[in-house]
Amino acid sequence: MSVQAREHPASARRPRLFAKLTEPSLAGMARRKAAMGYLFILPTVLGIVIFTAGPVLASFGLSFFEWNVIDSPKWVGLQNYDHFVHDSRALNSFVTTGKFVLLAVTLQIFLSLLLAIGVQATRSKILRYFFRAAFFLPLLTSAASIAIVLAYMFHQDFGVINYYLGKIGIAHIPWLNSSGWALITIVLTYVWQQIGFTFIIFLGGLAGIPADVQDAADLDGATGWRRMWDITIPMLSPTLLFAAVIGVIGALQVFAEPFVMTNGGPGDATRTVVMVMYESAFSFLQIGYGSAIAVVLFVAILVVTAIQFRLSRSWVFYQ
Amino acid sequence: MISKASQSFQVASPSVADQARLRLAPVIRIALLLAASVIMLAPIAFAVATSLRLPAESFSLPPRWLPLPPDWSNYKMVFQQVPLKSYIGNSAFVTLSIVIGQLITSALSGYAFGRLQFPGRNVLFWLVLATLMIPLQATIIPVFVLISKLHLADTLASLILPALSTAFGTFLMRQYFMQIPNEFEDAALLDGANQWQIFFNIYLPLAKTGLAVLAILTFNAYWNEFLRPLIFLKSIDKFTLPLGLVNLQGYMGTGSISVVLAGVVISLLPVLAVYLVGQRYLIEGIMMGGLKG
Repeated sequence: MSVQAREHPASARRPRLFAKLTEPSLAGMARRKAAMGYLFILPTVLGIVIFTAGPVLASFGLSFFEWNVIDSPKWVGLQNYDHFVHDSRALNSFVTTGKFVLLAVTLQIFLSLLLAIGVQATRSKILRYFFRAAFFLPLLTSAASIAIVLAYMFHQDFGVINYYLGKIGIAHIPWLNSSGWALITIVLTYVWQQIGFTFIIFLGGLAGIPADVQDAADLDGATGWRRMWDITIPMLSPTLLFAAVIGVIGALQVFAEPFVMTNGGPGDATRTVVMVMYESAFSFLQIGYGSAIAVVLFVAILVVTAIQFRLSRSWVFYQ
Repeated sequence: MISKASQSFQVASPSVADQARLRLAPVIRIALLLAASVIMLAPIAFAVATSLRLPAESFSLPPRWLPLPPDWSNYKMVFQQVPLKSYIGNSAFVTLSIVIGQLITSALSGYAFGRLQFPGRNVLFWLVLATLMIPLQATIIPVFVLISKLHLADTLASLILPALSTAFGTFLMRQYFMQIPNEFEDAALLDGANQWQIFFNIYLPLAKTGLAVLAILTFNAYWNEFLRPLIFLKSIDKFTLPLGLVNLQGYMGTGSISVVLAGVVISLLPVLAVYLVGQRYLIEGIMMGGLKG
């Protein structure tokens, strides 16, 4: 390096560091690129270590302590987990969340697939643009603010939904006031907001089905449901898996809708895992117990995702 | 109701009855899609219509979907009832800071992982990518503790600082940088450009689609964010818009929903503007797995 610098009088006059940064040799360039690489990833790696990777380990660690933030943490071993398996409220929140995920993701994928197939078959450009905007817009709204709107619409006595149902002879439904209906109402609200996500993904997946496959199906006379089951769904199966995996991960974390619309009620009918975690850690200041619930949720997400990939071997078709 | 839509795909068999159905099918399909559109747009239309009615009429049934003449007093009221100006300012400040921060950190790390060679690069990249699997809930308690120890609790910085670097943004920008051919770098080297110039003057402008995608997804995600502000912020004047609106709804109850909905409509405006300007980028980003709640 320094030999080269001496050979070039122009760069010899520059400060040494600058000479290093501007020297033309190939080995020097590789070294500079490597140094630049480390420098460039530094902010991201640092941020992720401090605010994601570190905290995940800390959550795990905190779950073995009893801590109310004010006093110093006290090691309690597995006591928080022991408490968890005997805490009917927390266990119930996992059951509630499980029901919610199953209902919400199934409904979301089914409806958005139908909408995507419908829009895909629509020729008019203007209609396509309109449908895409209509089905997509709710996704862009804030779950918390839009939950306010839907809570008003689902209001048992003054809500527009019961008003129109009343017009067709259906008696007022206690959407948010009965433990039987409340979870369904949360599911409908969530699906309404999230449908645009899977809709857009399916629309892209449908557009990606090669024309020769479609032509072959036409030649074979494959029509209607048969065509749908034998060609469209298998060709779309990797997209369906992607939608199901992302959909389940998102739904397992549901919080804003039940928090705003029912605050977990009536009773505990809509109290989800994240709500119980939030209440434990931030309302009751049981940092250790809240962390234990967070760890269980994280593990549940990993396990459910792994199961989905495992099961996908039997139904996902890769071209 | 919607399941009928797919029946309309039972097309093309040659009998006369089937041919009649074939002609009818698109009409039914479009009718059902229009019905679905009405359902999907109804809550937004309801919010807008109700926000323009007199507070006393906000629960009047049948609902008036066309509030004529519009009454703008709710929009004045909501600014008087709560510090809505601060909410908007706080949300804008937090969101824009995070967008700018993520653009910088992701452009740098995406370029490094996509185009620079250094020992340990692939391992580091996969480690970064693996953190995408970690949900917010699994980190939020320790992050809250950390924020408190740094004396940042109840500040806007507590929302900004932890969100400045992003595994998703890194992944996204890497994809865009990798699509750009190497020839640009070779040509720039011949012209005597140094590595920084190659990054900043050549590759960064060529990856501007990626930057746009990331900016729009990030804007949307943080403008709408609820859980972190709920946990990190205590004082009303620090609240962001969604938190402020939920708080407003909480103490107004069903008293005067038109005022609350005026606030909701205001909070929707930037997001609608972003859709009109950048829907192409939004959709591109969603296809890559962004914006998942």
